[in-house]
Order: sequence, then C-alpha cells, then structure tokens
Amino acid sequence: MTTVSSFAPRTRRNVELVLLLLAVAIVVLAYVNVGLSVSGAFPPGLLTQVAGLLVISLAFHLLLRWKAAYADPLLLPIVTLLNGLGLVMIHRLDIAHGRSVSGGLALRQLIWSAVAVAIAAVVLWFLRDHRMLRRYTFTAAVVGFGLLVLPLVPGIGRTVNGSRIWIGLGPFTFQPGEVAKIVLAVFFAGYLVQTRDALSLAGRKVLGFTFPRGRDLGPIMVAWVLSLLVLVFEKDLGSSLLLFGLFVSMLYVATERTSWIAIGMTLFCGGAYVAYLVFGHVQQRVHLWLDPFAPGQSDQLAKGLMGMAAGGLLGTGLGRGRPDLTYFAESDFIVPSFGEELGLIGLFALLVLYVLLVERGLRTALGVRDGFGKLLAAGLAFAVALQCFVVVGGVTRVIPLTGLTMPFLSYGGSSLLANWSLVALLLRISDVARRPVQEVQPGASPSAQARTEVVAVR
Amino acid sequence: MNAPIRRLSTVVALLFTALLLSSTYISFVQAQSLQNRPENRRTLLANYARERGQILVGGAPIAKSVATKDELKWLRTYPQGPLYSHVTGYYSFTYGAGGGIEGAENSLLAGSSDKLFYRRVTDILTGKNQTGASLELTINAKAQAAADKALGNQRGAVVALDPTTGAILALVSHPTYNPSVLSSHDTSKVVAAWQQLNAAPTAPLVDRAIAGDLYPPGSTFKLVTAAAALESGKFTEESQIPGPARLKLPQTTIDLPNDFPGNCGPNDKTTLTHALEISCNTAFGWLGMQVGAKDFRAQAAKFGMGDRLSVPMTVTPSSVPADLNQPQLAQSAIGQYDVRVTPLQIAMISAAIANHGIVMRPHLVQKVTSSDLAVIEETQPEQLSQAISADTAAALTRMMEAVVRSGTGTAAQISGIAVAGKTGTAQHATGKAPHAWFTGFAPSNNPKVAVAVVVEDGGNVGNEAVGGRVAAPIAKAVMEAVLGK
Repeated sequence: MTTVSSFAPRTRRNVELVLLLLAVAIVVLAYVNVGLSVSGAFPPGLLTQVAGLLVISLAFHLLLRWKAAYADPLLLPIVTLLNGLGLVMIHRLDIAHGRSVSGGLALRQLIWSAVAVAIAAVVLWFLRDHRMLRRYTFTAAVVGFGLLVLPLVPGIGRTVNGSRIWIGLGPFTFQPGEVAKIVLAVFFAGYLVQTRDALSLAGRKVLGFTFPRGRDLGPIMVAWVLSLLVLVFEKDLGSSLLLFGLFVSMLYVATERTSWIAIGMTLFCGGAYVAYLVFGHVQQRVHLWLDPFAPGQSDQLAKGLMGMAAGGLLGTGLGRGRPDLTYFAESDFIVPSFGEELGLIGLFALLVLYVLLVERGLRTALGVRDGFGKLLAAGLAFAVALQCFVVVGGVTRVIPLTGLTMPFLSYGGSSLLANWSLVALLLRISDVARRPVQEVQPGASPSAQARTEVVAVR
Repeated sequence: MNAPIRRLSTVVALLFTALLLSSTYISFVQAQSLQNRPENRRTLLANYARERGQILVGGAPIAKSVATKDELKWLRTYPQGPLYSHVTGYYSFTYGAGGGIEGAENSLLAGSSDKLFYRRVTDILTGKNQTGASLELTINAKAQAAADKALGNQRGAVVALDPTTGAILALVSHPTYNPSVLSSHDTSKVVAAWQQLNAAPTAPLVDRAIAGDLYPPGSTFKLVTAAAALESGKFTEESQIPGPARLKLPQTTIDLPNDFPGNCGPNDKTTLTHALEISCNTAFGWLGMQVGAKDFRAQAAKFGMGDRLSVPMTVTPSSVPADLNQPQLAQSAIGQYDVRVTPLQIAMISAAIANHGIVMRPHLVQKVTSSDLAVIEETQPEQLSQAISADTAAALTRMMEAVVRSGTGTAAQISGIAVAGKTGTAQHATGKAPHAWFTGFAPSNNPKVAVAVVVEDGGNVGNEAVGGRVAAPIAKAVMEAVLGK
C-alpha cells in the first residue's frame, strides 16, 4: 500500500452530491410506484416524505462539506438510499394495514430519521477528531454496560414479544442495546489499543497456536459472560451474538492472533450449546430454524419464507404483493417484504448496498493511521455486517432467527439513531484518514498520504 | 493491523455470500414448492383474486363465483346447493377445494392448469382479466332432480349412465350437504359447518355413489355370474340348472338358502332365466361353482371391477376377493361374502349389457371452455373393454326384461317401454336391515339410460326391504326422467 500521490486528495463532495440526488430519485420513484400500483394515483404523503428526506440528507451533506470535507463520499448516499427505501416499504405496509398518512408508521419513521440525522450531525460537529474518544474508554465501558442492563431495571424495563430489551419513559420507548453496541465498540477499541501488546505477544505455543496467558484471557471471558447474561436475562439472542462477534473480531484485529478466534468460537459454541440445553426459548428458536413448517409452533418464519417465494426472481412489484401477511413485516421481517415485492434481484441490490457500506468502513479502517481509529472503524463496520448477517441469515434460515433490526431499513427509532451515529463516526474517521497528511502531521511517511480510493490492497 | 482487517473483509464477503446463496435458494429454487404449500395464504388469495370457472349443467351454472367487496374478491356460490353437492364438491378458503369437480379439476377451474398455458399467455398479451376454465357436465338436470327426489330422506346413492357413451347422467348421494356454507367467507361459520359435517354419523361429505364405503352388491351381482356362465358356452338362458330350497355347500356344514321359502322350480330345477327372474340364490350359487373362481373373477374384471377410474373424481375400485374356495365362490356368485362394489360399478355392468357388451369409460365432464366459450377440451367416448359378446348381452337383456315383466323387479315397469333390470337385497351386518339394490336400463330394445340404485339399511322400509320394493321405484323415476316420460 505505497502509492504515493503528489497532488492533494480531492474531497469528492460533488460526487457525493450527485450520488445523493440519485439515491433520493430512486426513493421518489419507488414511492410513486407504490402509490400508482396500490391506488392508481400519486401517493398523498409523497411531498412530505420526499422533501423530508431531501432536506435531511442535503443538510447532512452541507455539514460534511463544512466540517468533514474529506469524508468518504459513498457512505451518506448509501445510507440515505437504505433509509429512504425503508420509508417506502413502511409506507407501503401502512397502506396495506389501512393506516393513514398522518397516523402511519412511515411518518414517524421520517421524524425519527430527522432526529437521528440531527444527532449524527451533533456527533460530527463536536467530534473534531475521533481520537478524542480514546479519552473516554472506561467511561464508555461503564455507559455501555449500563445501557445493556438498563432494560432489566424494574420500572423502566419493558418486555416486548418475549424479549426484555426495551425501556419506556412515558410515551417513549427505546432499545438501549442498539446504542450500546457503538459505545462498547469505543470501549473495546480503546482498551485493546492499550493492551494489545500484552495480548498479542505473551503466551504459550501449543499445537501451532500461541495461546494467551490466563490473565490476558480476562477480557474475552468478560465479553463471553456478558453476552451470556444478556441472553439469559433479556432473552435477546441477536444482541448477544452481535456483541460477542464484535468483541472477538476486534480482538483479532488488535492482536493479529488466530488463537483468539479459536478460543472465541469455542466459547461461543459452548455457550450456545449450554444455552440450548438450558433455555426453552433457545430450543424453540432452533426447532423453528430446523423445521419452520412443523405444526403447532410459531409460523412467523414460514410466513416470511412464503413471502419471499411469492416474490420469486423478479418480485411482484412494489405495492402488488402481500408483505402484510408476515408478522413484523416492517421491522425484523422487512427483508422478506423487499424479497416479495422486489424479488431476488431487488434483495441482491439491497445486500450489495450493505456490502458497499461495510467495505467502505473497512477501507476507512485500512486508511486511518492510528490504531484506535483502525480498531474502531473495523469494529463498527463489522458490527453492521454481523447485524445484517444475523437478520437476513435468520429470515433465510442460515442461522436460527434471533430478532434484530435491519440497519436503516427496519422501522424503529433506536435503530435509526444508533446506526446514523455509527455512520457519523465512520464519516469522521474517514475524514481523518483521507485528509491530506501535511495539514495534520507534517513529515509523515509516504504511505500515510495514500488516497483511500487508490490504496493497493496487498 | 491492516492484515487482519483485510482478512476481516474476506469474512464479510463470506457472510454475505452465504446470504446471497440462502436467498437464492428460497426465492428461486424453493419458490415453487413453497407456493404450493397448503397453508400458503398468498397462493389462496391469488386464487381468489381470479374469477374461478363455472360448473355447468345443461348451460346453467351449478357452481359460480360472484364478485365481492372484501379481501377475497370472489365468493363461490352453488345455486342448487345440496342437489349437486357431491357433483360440485366444495371450494373453501379454509379447507381448500374438494369433494367433487371442485377438487378433481381445481387447476382447470382456478386457471392454473398447464392445459390453459397458451390461453394464459394470450390473456396476458391482450391485457384481459384471467379467469379459470368452465366445465360443462354430462349431468341430465331432470334425471338428477328425479333421483334426488325419489331417494328422498333415505341414505343411499343413484348413478345413471348413458350406456353408449359412458356419460354420467345422474350422480346422487344421500345425505347431501350445502357446499355454499363451506365456501362462505365467514371463517367461523365455515369451521363450525365443517366440524359438524365431519362429526355427523351419517357422513354427508362421503360420495356414496363412487367413493363411499363399498357395498355388498347382493343379487345384482348375479348378472356377472350369469354373464360368466353364458360366456363359458356351457349354458344358455334356457339351460336347466339345480334350484333347491337350500344348496349344500362342499367343505362346510352350512347351506346356502333362498331368500324365499321353497325351491326355485319343479323337481328343484329351474331355467337360468327363471332363476334370475325370481332371484334364486341356490341356482346362482351352484352356477358360480360351475363357472369356477378364475372365470368368475375374470368376468367381473371385464366389467371393470378392480379398475382405477377417475370421472374425474377418483372412484374407489370395486373388488372380488382373490383365492375363493368353493363355498366362498358360491356366496360371491350371489353378491355376498367379500364382494364389494360402488353403485357406479353396478351401473357400468347394466350399461355394458345394454351396450352390446361394451363397457364405456364413465365420465362427468363433457366440455372444458374458456370464459369466451371457446372449447378447450371435449371428452370423446372411450371404450374400456368388451365385457361380454353381443349374443350374451342380448340373452342377458331378455333375462333382465323377464325380471321387470314378471319377476322381482315389477316396480320398475314403465308403461309402453320395455325395461330390463335386476334387484338386489344385500345382507351386510347381523341385526341391520339389508341394503336394497336395483340396476337396469331402458328402453331395453334401444337403451338410453342405465341406472344403479342402492338404499342403505332398507331405507324407510327397514327390515321389510327388498330391492324390488325400495330401490326399483327410484330407478324407474330416473329412467322416466331421462326418457321424458
């Protein structure tokens, strides 16, 4: 990765603007498509939705021009498109369920999007450099674990559909676990940067693997126990899988030692097996996974599969399927809803958008120069990938269904807030990574000047 | 730290590859089988979004779909409900299509049959609303109504055939049910009706004419024995055969008695014709043993016993047990022991005798037409087998005429028209009244209709029942309806 550039890297903000307008145009077309195929007329909420989406994304774009001019130009258009398509599908389900524009979920999702973007803007505004976060490593630990156990606090914790992962304050409900994953990623990155030498160098060599010392095993054990506790007390399979996967992957990136992955997988499999033996709700999920059509059990997975089957290769067309027949069609099962109406081809397009998003995040991790930034960017990007895998893998029977939201697509305020903030962090790190090195650190090595786009891999 | 990040991106690529593969597997490979799952509501809703074809009798619909304003866009109705219940069957959102033409020709009526492929393509290209195909039946509305009325509140079945084509002119099974109740869009009503119909001891959902519990045919089966005897060449209709009051059966201590006290003729002898005329058990028991088990079973098979038929509803095959010893053969020859038949099978035997010995394939669907009345498919009469020679058929016809003229079947007489027939009274369980049978055809010199009637447990007459008294009048009513009397 030593392509030396003699000219200043371009900001690519105009590319971002064009892509952003393209993304909004796609959303507008999809929105109109829904209205025309359902009622043969332009949808009533069109102007609000389009204007809303345009205003919030353009405002964010302007903020980037001002505060993070060198940020990755692909991230904002991708998440705008995903968020917009989510709005379209939620609006489409509003129609199917007979909800009005003003009382529907789509409008609430739009408002949440605006709030989420505003908070992401605040993050970008005040966080001039991601390295500032390193100072709050242990604060992040306390806050992260606090958020995680918040739903267990009597009085504010709520149990919804069997999982205790919500808190309620008056009319507002919130899923603190969504934010916890970002805060914990900050903690993991800070902690691992400090301790990576001890974790990666000391140890005993057994069968070709260098195994860590007992005391260095501490963090992974803590993460393992923590994810088990989430599973046990909150019945939240998805979050525990996500947290543990996030931690093990970051540990691996920090230490570059495969033995950590071996240990992590062993612990995970062991924990999962014990959980299967002990907990009825885990067994239920596994049985549902193995035979979704068995009589006498929940048919939510079966209904999702039938929805995808109804879509086939090309889909029924937006507004022409029956995604409303699936439970949680606008949240956990929004992917089958897209599969039904946009078909396999539409599903592939969506997944490719996520792949792009994740790979831009990993590219940011490669490009940024400090270890903390690398770890944080890699962790956040991988968290998105893992979450997609857990959600889509759950509804397509790769793994048991666990119940997480699809980032940006699914209905839900907490999910939007968390994921927009996550993207704001990635944008900030990519800005630092792509900013001409002379401005920050005169006399840095040539490799550090490399533009993100043309970095030669390997 | 860059090397593990790159490897991490490989992991990401693998994760997403797994997702691409799994979604391909579901949306493409598995899609068809998922759509065909019975519990798939989307497929059902799609079926209800398309107008289902009509079922027609004489041009008038006995099943048609009416547009509604609710989620299920079409409501299936049966204008004559119970009268045609076992012909139409039902079409229920909850329980699917079944019970008759609705179930047997579901894909044609729904419009999803491969036979309609080119028509569907044309409809898509011309932008026409797709509808299912309509089916015109062979049923004669008058015969159906007459059979239904004559059978009344008795349990049983009536089948009438056109002997020359095999067309089913009447298909009645009692008790009936109202298919409109099952096709209602009010799910709770449908469920209640369904549970009640299934729990009813009289089993109204069972089509006794073709697919019920098989019946012992009783003396109507003597036609098969007589046919086998005549075909063997060793007997004629005037042959003198033994007709004692009780026939001693070899290898056993029990005798085969007549239904009536006394012998069948002077010196315990009778002619074949007279034996059939008065339904002499001993003569036919003896005759069966003379013919032999092999030829007897072969003759029954030639009439269609054991064939798997669909009319298009699946017909339960009738059966003569294998490995009959002599006493079992004697009992089988008079339609007892383990001989089991459908009323359709008995009608086919009469029809074959009427049709110079040729068995025609029974069928219920005359034409399949599209919504614009273009004929997609028309059923051509098809010969199943030559059961007996034309001479044997003529001899049997004369013998059956004697049954109606001066024997057990006088109740089937129609003034001015020669009727051929055979009665039956089938014991089926001790303590229960026998099933009453009649089968025959008319006019015997130029047959237009062959009919079989069974009335379970003696009908309204109970233990006093004999086929001639209970079943023959019903057959007469059906034959008169077809002949326009």
